[in-house]
Amino acid sequence: MSPKNSGNLHHSLPGPDDITRHELSNEIVLLVRSNFNSPSVVVNGYLMGGSLFEEDEKLGLAGFTASTLMRGTTQRTYNEIYDAIESAGASLNISGGTHTTGFGSKALAEDLDLLLELLSESVRQPVFPPEQIELLRARMLTSLAIRAQDTREMSSLTFDQIAYPGHPYSRPEDGYPETVQAITRDDLVEFHQTHYGPKGMVLSVVGAIEPEQVIEKVEHLLGDWENSGQPEPSPLPPNPPPAEPLTRKVDIPGKFQADLVVGVIGPERRAEDYLAASLGNNILGVFGMMGRIGEVVREKAGLAYYAYSSLAGGMGPGPWYVSAGVDPQNVDQALDLVRQEIKRFTSEPVTEDELADSQSNFIGRLPLSLESNSGMASAILNLERYDLGLDYYRRYADLVGEVTSEDILKAARKYWDPERLGVGIAGP
Amino acid sequence: MDNSFTKTTLTNGLTVLLKEIRTAPIASLWLWYRVGSRNEVPGVTGISHWTEHMQFKGTERYPAEVLDKAVAREGGYRNALTFLDWTTYFETLPADKISLALDLEADRMYNSFFAPEEVESERTVIISERQGNENEPMFLLAEEVQAAAFRVHSYHHEVIGDLIDLQTMSRDDLYQHYRKHYVPGNAILTVAGDFVTGEMLDRIRELYEPLADGSAPELTVRPEPEQSGERLINVEGPGETTYVQAAYHAPAASDPDFFAYLVTDSLLTGPSSLNLFGGGISNKTSRLYKALVDKELAVSLQGGLIATIDPFLHTIVATVHPESTAEKLILAMDEEINQLQDSPPAQEVVDRAVKQARALFAYGSESITNQAFWMGYAEIFDTYDWFLNYLDRLAAVTPEEVQRIAQKYMRPGNRVLGIYRPAENQEVPA
Repeated sequence: MSPKNSGNLHHSLPGPDDITRHELSNEIVLLVRSNFNSPSVVVNGYLMGGSLFEEDEKLGLAGFTASTLMRGTTQRTYNEIYDAIESAGASLNISGGTHTTGFGSKALAEDLDLLLELLSESVRQPVFPPEQIELLRARMLTSLAIRAQDTREMSSLTFDQIAYPGHPYSRPEDGYPETVQAITRDDLVEFHQTHYGPKGMVLSVVGAIEPEQVIEKVEHLLGDWENSGQPEPSPLPPNPPPAEPLTRKVDIPGKFQADLVVGVIGPERRAEDYLAASLGNNILGVFGMMGRIGEVVREKAGLAYYAYSSLAGGMGPGPWYVSAGVDPQNVDQALDLVRQEIKRFTSEPVTEDELADSQSNFIGRLPLSLESNSGMASAILNLERYDLGLDYYRRYADLVGEVTSEDILKAARKYWDPERLGVGIAGP
Repeated sequence: MDNSFTKTTLTNGLTVLLKEIRTAPIASLWLWYRVGSRNEVPGVTGISHWTEHMQFKGTERYPAEVLDKAVAREGGYRNALTFLDWTTYFETLPADKISLALDLEADRMYNSFFAPEEVESERTVIISERQGNENEPMFLLAEEVQAAAFRVHSYHHEVIGDLIDLQTMSRDDLYQHYRKHYVPGNAILTVAGDFVTGEMLDRIRELYEPLADGSAPELTVRPEPEQSGERLINVEGPGETTYVQAAYHAPAASDPDFFAYLVTDSLLTGPSSLNLFGGGISNKTSRLYKALVDKELAVSLQGGLIATIDPFLHTIVATVHPESTAEKLILAMDEEINQLQDSPPAQEVVDRAVKQARALFAYGSESITNQAFWMGYAEIFDTYDWFLNYLDRLAAVTPEEVQRIAQKYMRPGNRVLGIYRPAENQEVPA
């Protein structure tokens, strides 16, 4: 292995000796790390309850519920909540995802109590004011009208429908106009009552604070929270074969550029070959200026301003895809180039130089991603979300260094079938 | 926050600013050139941005494929940005690798190839970048509003440039632009992070002092005459959503009014972070958000000022509520602005803006990249002291000044009002 950068950086990486992990009696997990270099604090986290739990007729329910939480609680009105947050120069966002509902917040450390109090109130005691629900509904419907005109979003949504037929991942988290219209206040109240609870909830707190101070406050605010009816997350259905036809285009008249997404179902974050796939993805369409894909589509052919590949990972088998925005006349040419690169990626191992470059990139960039409190808070949260272990970032250089070009080829072949690529296109 | 830094000028005119920060084993280097769309004339609009792209196409010592990989291999990231007043290149790296950035930036100040075939392949890339922008209604509207606001001044056109110029500009145009503006006397080098200033300065002298002298080319700025009367812009295009953009002629960043205007904007549309890295906060308690979004005339609202050399624009952008109209929204917006013109806000409004700015500063300071960014950015339109005194200057703003700013700048006669409307007779998607 060649962890050129690892030696002198080791001391700055988080590990069991400087992350405090505390589990509350109701199963909430709290992770805290002090950083007194900046006067701020970040609180990130998630709780169970995402769009996986929605019925087809009510898509968008998890997101709608999350965005209503801060519109009024038993203790504060919408105006009082935002007046408190914004006057402190703080922020708190709660948003529904596929598997979980996530929250992110930051403030000056002097306002940590305010952040935690508002977070606790919002997830435990929202009152769902009817007039706020209608305000939000109008905003969501406008977002969906804008989405229908957004070539990037529509190409991605079309790809999801091809790659995941009948699977929850084929459904957009923000729903459709008719499903958002169908959601009632009772649906929101019920979703909250059923799914929100301490089981599976994780918080990570990073900043100019002492762990004991955070633990005490969180125990006080969330320690007595119970919800005996919280359902276990049901397992995802097996990965389906892609839907025919494999290529679909959404017409959006009047636009100047077409966007395309070409891909397959990728590994989940916990998969054994995730790191091999991730390094492979870096070589395929990220490293340097967007890897091999950027080199052929952008640099050599001059077809696109952006052309890259992406591997979602995540709690389940997220997509692994190549994406580009091209002149509508050049869609076929760009697709041919992408297909050729995917064939090459699945037929021959990456070179030793390519592998060494990407390994070095992964190891070297780790401290950069941990520089800010929010970067550190997300990184620590992932340790818990994916059971990586508190020492994961200290072991990371070795784990990356152990991946071979054969491992990458194996992963490439396992996930990519060049003859069965889903292709979503949106443009004029 | 420790505010000590070192500023010096090399014999060939290069300005250097260095700041030691020991919070992480990271260093960030930014090389700024005082050239952007402000320096462009019709026929070559977009040339600064295109030149920036050509700086990634390689030199003899760092061919493109080597250049692309060198920084990434060390785990660093790099990029470049072109804006109204400036073009800048940056690399953020593990601190013990920052020499690489020093070396490659010194090299490409003079030695980029601008190979004709690379110019041609980049032409289509940049046109593609422009097409991507054109897919966004907000870009189409903003481009027309900006053009209407500046009849005379070169802030008239978008940084990306006009399509016709992107189709016709030549390799020689680009190369001349590069040679004219990429000289030490027209550049600012800023480095922040984990290093020792004396050693860093020695290394910089070694690499940059031998570069040929060259001073900033003369630029004849054509000041925008005062606007007399409101200008109205209508743009039609695909979609079913209406957008409104109001753009008021605003003071330059170095103008004493700029800070009072920041507080005014914060009161009306929410605090702007001005950070490139570090993020902002929500604006739900701003006066216009309450008057427009909470009253169901808009579904979103944003506003902000940009720190520029010459007077630019204060913009307010709103997405119209599907049950409302642009006209109703504008009426309610003007009522809110009139109210501020009629009576000064409470002192606590200013105090609040200062607290918000203090928090946003703290978030931004966590990024060494952002700290190096600010040293150069502030030097472009003023000096680094502008940034260091930012919180004190905000705190000195009085409620009466906020009222005066609203009266002086936020008049219909001083603005361009643009509306993007869904076109009639749109093709129905298949």
